[in-house]
Amino acid sequence: MANKSIDGAEVLSAHGISKQVSSPEGTLTILSGVSFTIDAGESVAVVGPSGAGKSTLLALLAGLDLPTSGHVVLNGSNLSELDEDGRARVRADSVGFVFQSFHLVPSLNALENVMLPLELAGVAAARQTSLDIIDEVGLGDRWSHYPSQLSGGEKQRVAIARAFAAQPAVLFADEPTGNLDSGTGGKIMQLMFELNRNSSTTLVLVTHDLKLAERCDRVLSLAAGELVSDRRGPA
Amino acid sequence: MKAILFALRSFGREIRSGEVLVLLAAVALAVGALTAVGFLTDRIGKAVARQANEVLAADLRLRSQEPIPDEWRQRAAEQGLRTAATLSFPSVVFHGEDSALTTVKAVSDSYPLRGAVRVADELFGEQREVAGIPGRGEIWADGALLARVDADIGDRLLVGDSELLITAVLTYRPDQSIGFASLAPSILVNIADIPATGLISEGSRVRYALLVAGADDAVAEFNAAMQNELPDSVRASNREESSERAYSAADRAQRFLSLTAVISVLLSAVAIAMSARRFALRRMDTVALMKSLGATQRFVITVSIVQLALLGLLGVVIGSVIGYVAEEGLALMLADLIASDLPDVGMMPVVLAGGSALVLLVGFALPSLIQLRNTPPLRVLRHDVMPPAPSRVLVVGVSLAAVAALLYRSVGDATMLAILLGGIVVIAALLYLVGRGLVAVMGRYRSGVGVAWRYGLANVARRGRASAVQVVAFGLGLTVLLLLTIVRTDLLEGWRATLEDDAPNHFMINIQPHERESVAGIFADAAIEPPDFVPLVRARMTAINGGSVKDREHPTPDGAWFVNREANLSFAGRLSSSNEILEGEWWPEDYSGPPLASIEEEVAMETGLGIGDRLTYEVAGREVEMTIASVRQVNWDSFQPNFFLMLSPGALDGMPTTYIASLRIEEEQQSVLVRLVRTHPSISVIDLDAILEQVRGIIEKATLAVQAVFIFTLAAGIAVLFAAVQSTIDERRFESAMLRALGARKVTVFSGVMAEFAALGVAAGVLASAGASALAAIIAVQLFELPYTFNPLLWIVGLAAGVIVVCTSGFLAARGAINAPPVDVLRAAG
Repeated sequence: MANKSIDGAEVLSAHGISKQVSSPEGTLTILSGVSFTIDAGESVAVVGPSGAGKSTLLALLAGLDLPTSGHVVLNGSNLSELDEDGRARVRADSVGFVFQSFHLVPSLNALENVMLPLELAGVAAARQTSLDIIDEVGLGDRWSHYPSQLSGGEKQRVAIARAFAAQPAVLFADEPTGNLDSGTGGKIMQLMFELNRNSSTTLVLVTHDLKLAERCDRVLSLAAGELVSDRRGPA
Repeated sequence: MKAILFALRSFGREIRSGEVLVLLAAVALAVGALTAVGFLTDRIGKAVARQANEVLAADLRLRSQEPIPDEWRQRAAEQGLRTAATLSFPSVVFHGEDSALTTVKAVSDSYPLRGAVRVADELFGEQREVAGIPGRGEIWADGALLARVDADIGDRLLVGDSELLITAVLTYRPDQSIGFASLAPSILVNIADIPATGLISEGSRVRYALLVAGADDAVAEFNAAMQNELPDSVRASNREESSERAYSAADRAQRFLSLTAVISVLLSAVAIAMSARRFALRRMDTVALMKSLGATQRFVITVSIVQLALLGLLGVVIGSVIGYVAEEGLALMLADLIASDLPDVGMMPVVLAGGSALVLLVGFALPSLIQLRNTPPLRVLRHDVMPPAPSRVLVVGVSLAAVAALLYRSVGDATMLAILLGGIVVIAALLYLVGRGLVAVMGRYRSGVGVAWRYGLANVARRGRASAVQVVAFGLGLTVLLLLTIVRTDLLEGWRATLEDDAPNHFMINIQPHERESVAGIFADAAIEPPDFVPLVRARMTAINGGSVKDREHPTPDGAWFVNREANLSFAGRLSSSNEILEGEWWPEDYSGPPLASIEEEVAMETGLGIGDRLTYEVAGREVEMTIASVRQVNWDSFQPNFFLMLSPGALDGMPTTYIASLRIEEEQQSVLVRLVRTHPSISVIDLDAILEQVRGIIEKATLAVQAVFIFTLAAGIAVLFAAVQSTIDERRFESAMLRALGARKVTVFSGVMAEFAALGVAAGVLASAGASALAAIIAVQLFELPYTFNPLLWIVGLAAGVIVVCTSGFLAARGAINAPPVDVLRAAG
């Protein structure tokens, strides 16, 4: 499988991004001056205690939100220069997501959920591609089931299939095993790393599970909104 | 395109998930109410359109209470016009011992000049058009009359002195009334048979008419030429004016009915707004997800609009089916009341209701859905991020515009629309305040009740605004239904109670002077005290204080009507016991001076006439001048013969006089009437009991039909309740799980929820009972001048209906929340 980036080239970069929000207690700084560069095909874990700004960083990297200062370049596009629809198009083109709480559309069945990003990106053979990847995540016989008829692990498999279906340049995963028991979580991560290797997608994984983080090429540690370490893993 | 496909694909699932059912139901109810009324008025409208051009059965009709001079007919014939003669009068006809008041319509050979008569060959049989009129010795009789006297085709009816053979059931004649059928069903007779019946004599109440038809300009020419010669007593009507009147009457009926439907539509709108908000809220997560996956705002909004349009379409289909079924029921209920048979339904009402549904959805659902467009994609990571709320001014403005658009069709005039819209806003605000008040009052009592009630009342108070809306929405429907059922019966009974038990129940009219003795004799033979014979002289007012009535400005339209109509005058020496002098003095019993008059107080007010005014009346070509000497109050409910104008004795001596009388005849004495009418066929006997019974029947059926329309209002109220409960269902589910996790038994949680609905039901019941009582009092005292008697049944039924219906609906709406296993709920919420 080939994705929409060139292996080894820079695919995602943060340039001094900060995020401040106003609260009753005054201005609150959630992230301050974070910079790094991620190459295509890398797998990167973002770790840190609760409140360190992991999820905010993920939101900014994926263009779900904009930084107060600094900017993010995703697959060649400066997200701060785009409006909401522009950022949506970049996501449709280059981004996949796996969420902690799965976020499947309850009114669509497994196949339709997987097809959704393909259709949004205007891919022609959406159905066949989706069936193939559903098969790959081990749900070949359950594609017609609705989210309410699936277990947590199965839901996350569908979510993973959806994330990889469009062969994104970057896959963002936010605590993907947070809502699963450890056995199921292990299998899910196994599946995710496998797919990541096969498709050479860039993986950005937010987690506070250090063991999981260790399986990535690189670990970024956040504390109190600042990047405190950036180290290459054993892999 | 992909947005449309996506919308179509997920729509079925949305429907099955039940989330949008309330929204769908609200749309269907609005469409149902509109199409039910729409189908009916469309059919009536078509009947009118079909009939409007033939309401005279001619192009021009000259009508008079005197025979039409033959010379007029000849002149019309000379100008190449076709003519026909008709005359009609009320009479009692007999079949064996059964009798009924009927309108005898006698026609000449060429009748009708426009349109066609339709008959059936058996009761309720297939009708067909016929050329020509009944042969000599034959009649065609209205089915209602045949039913009343238990006769059928082939039987003979006694009409005056003649026995006439029934040869067909009369189902339609062009000049029958278009709207409600008249109280006396008609028989169609050959005009040549009338002399032999002996029913027409001097002073008889007969309407003669000359019908004319032909080329438009020839008719117009004839009409113009006649205008200068026609005496005041002849009324000329042409086809254009008559059909216009028919149209405007139909138009008024249509507007009234569509206004009743609008109340249901407005309540549905509230339900639509509530459930659309809930729908949008539920969709927010999906929208955020789709945006994170790369969906643009346009995609999101297209999906929403397509789904809303599909929902609207489905609502229109379901609503139209409901409307169609309801209309068939309505038409069935009204079948006896509507004189003409109704044409088939058309599709126009569906189109109009579809348009209204669109307006409703755009006005009340779209604002919530548009808000979805602005859902931040960040919501996939942080659930508390919401799109900015839509501008309140915009939402209210759009809804008001939608209501205005809906009402405009029923009102059809900008000023009326503004007044109505203002009225709706004020009434809604007042009702809402009353609702809030009731909710607040109930909240106070919660410290004095058990845990379940405390929990329920606390919920009602906490959701104060939504509770008030539910109370009002539901209470409104209930108010109208209480008014139409209990209050209506109360009013009718109240009026009956004011009548004296021995009040006369029969009127006799058209008694000739020489018949008085023999009529009295017949009653004396039957041991019934003979009635007083009251003289009646037909006259027309020509001048007031020496000036022509034509030049006079009358203070009120009713006054103008009184002055210009053919008047019934009477005279007496003694004041009747049902009269009371308010002003001036009654003349001495043996008075023999210049003519004096006593005027009834209301007429005096309407005409601006009073003591000292001089009135000139023309009676059979002679003029009589009289001076008003007193103003009287008349108790019309006494059923004694009474007159607006009473003259002093001798004032009308030598004028053509007939007599009328009223008396009480008990059920078992009815045979005396048969004898009376057999021996004096020209006397018309009017059975008041039968007429009252008929009037009651008409009122009952008409209110039943209006009630049926208001069932939609009640259903819309229930939809509001469902929508309100649904919008709190997540909260309820969580609360119920929490309480149960804390150790509450399921039954306790259930009782709490039911207590909440019972409280809402009580509040709605109080609102409805109080509203209906207040309206009943106003209607009784102001409109009918009856003393108002409080009926406790109104409150019992109102409260019981409120509690039962709200609890049942509430239970159905909320049971999912109560039954959800706590562990699932709490886990999902965590």
